Amino acid sequence: MSEGLHLSLAQVSPIPLAAQIHCAPGEVLALVGPSGSGKSTLLRSIAGLYRPNSGQISCSGEVWYDSEQGINMPTAARRVGMVFQNFALFPHLSALENIAEAMLDYPKAERIERARSWLDRVHLAGLEKRLPRQLSGGQQQRVAVARALAREPKALLLDEPFSAVDRSTRESLYHELAELRQELNMPVILVTHDLDEATLLADRMSILNVGKTLQTDSPDQLLAAPKSAEVAKLMGMRNVFAGRVVRHEASHTVIAWGEHELRVRQREDFIIGTEIRWAMPTAGVLLMPSRSRESETLDNEIPVRIVTMLALGEQYRVTLKVGADRVTMNVPRHIAQRYALAEDQQLSVRLRGETVHLMPIEA
Amino acid sequence: MDWSALKLSLELSFWTMLILLPVGVFLGRHLAWTQFRSKSVVEALLTLPLVLPPTVLGFYLLVAMGARSPIGQAYESLFGQQLSFSFAGLLIASLIFNLPFAIQPMQRAFEAIPQEVREAARCCGLSPWRILGRIELPLAWPGILSALVLTFAHTLGEFGVVLMVGGSIPGETRTIAISIYDRVQAFDNEAAATMSAVLLIISLAAISLSYFATSRLGKRHDHV
Repeated sequence: MSEGLHLSLAQVSPIPLAAQIHCAPGEVLALVGPSGSGKSTLLRSIAGLYRPNSGQISCSGEVWYDSEQGINMPTAARRVGMVFQNFALFPHLSALENIAEAMLDYPKAERIERARSWLDRVHLAGLEKRLPRQLSGGQQQRVAVARALAREPKALLLDEPFSAVDRSTRESLYHELAELRQELNMPVILVTHDLDEATLLADRMSILNVGKTLQTDSPDQLLAAPKSAEVAKLMGMRNVFAGRVVRHEASHTVIAWGEHELRVRQREDFIIGTEIRWAMPTAGVLLMPSRSRESETLDNEIPVRIVTMLALGEQYRVTLKVGADRVTMNVPRHIAQRYALAEDQQLSVRLRGETVHLMPIEA
Repeated sequence: MDWSALKLSLELSFWTMLILLPVGVFLGRHLAWTQFRSKSVVEALLTLPLVLPPTVLGFYLLVAMGARSPIGQAYESLFGQQLSFSFAGLLIASLIFNLPFAIQPMQRAFEAIPQEVREAARCCGLSPWRILGRIELPLAWPGILSALVLTFAHTLGEFGVVLMVGGSIPGETRTIAISIYDRVQAFDNEAAATMSAVLLIISLAAISLSYFATSRLGKRHDHV
């Protein structure tokens, strides 16, 4: 209970919350969800900027909030470093003064000295006297990060810290943050709606919707084994469908999907006859005809019709009609050209049964 | 030229401005950032002096502060003199009359400070007083300054309320605006012209100062 940051909140109104998170020291936990999913509210609760109705928040053994004991430590006493979406630098103070303001515990001369070394660390030496408006977006973000860390926080909170900078700046800031985090030994909570960003920067991700933490796992685990169709969809998976467990065989399970039967990874924990959801990554759909004998693999040949072909850089995103459902697959441009793929074309594809993940239907 | 009237007007304006500074900062800040059920009622009441005819406001104030009113009697038993037709009474009337001029610009100024910036200050561990002195006041300063200048200039020129509450007692309640009116009534146009010119220059100077300062500070603070 003492290590890292623990949060457990439950309330119905004004904002519904049902959240449990834990972030170990040195770990980066991303809170991911669509806008309005409550991720910022969780972050603000940790910082003491929002007061939930009930629950507990503690960090490195210190209770910050406990509704039962009536504890609600004020923000200034919690020692959090927060980077805001629009950075929230003090507009009338220089870069140096902005950072120094977070270190009021130190005598003034030392404050300035330390603020200077922070500016060095975020590669902004020489810009001490600049006002925030005289800095670029990326430079403002660095000042904001330095100010948050200068506080010597027990937890670092990042609220969509990359959303206000352009794409190319973002790339280099990702690298800097990834470098910086090697030296950080406090829990780091990153709020973002960008899955790629979360996958890149976070050790674990917590998927949120309507104030509820649905699943917390590593990015790989979340993609391979989402707990529910809701998580799968929030993870950006396009191929999520309804089905029914038909039978279990020695090496695999057979599910019914519309008029087709699919051989998928064995899941004997699902009772025969159960209605289920199943998900499959776009990489689980293959265009090429099967070379090996079907019985040795879990490939399922399915006749489809191409509905749309969307050019996305090097790839085509191809939508296929199967019964009433639509399956998405990605096809490299040169392959699409070799096979002369076109809309309305009829063809057969292979669904790789070993990539199919079964999920219970949520209540 | 009625120097005592000018001095009295300047004193009245100065004290009104000085007293309304903390009142405006407190109320303006509170109105800017807190939501409460009767907020629009409070805002309407604070704006009322702006639309009410000065004579109407003056009349009610006169009744409220008169020798027979509870307020007037309390004042008299405390200080041994009448509240209406005194400088103190005039100051109270002036404070009430100037509430919207002081509060509204300050409220707008505080509203312009992003919530994130105030929250960032709290996350940096700043105490409420440090946040006020180091972050809020410097950022709201252009609005506070223009509120003060408006109040000052407006008090200097106020006529209706002053006449109703203060009358025209030389050295006590005869302000320069009243004095100008008296001079015109006495066909002393020359004195009225001189005093009008003085009032014009002071008002113009005050407003110019306000605009100059606001635009300079505004430049420093824009891009919040």
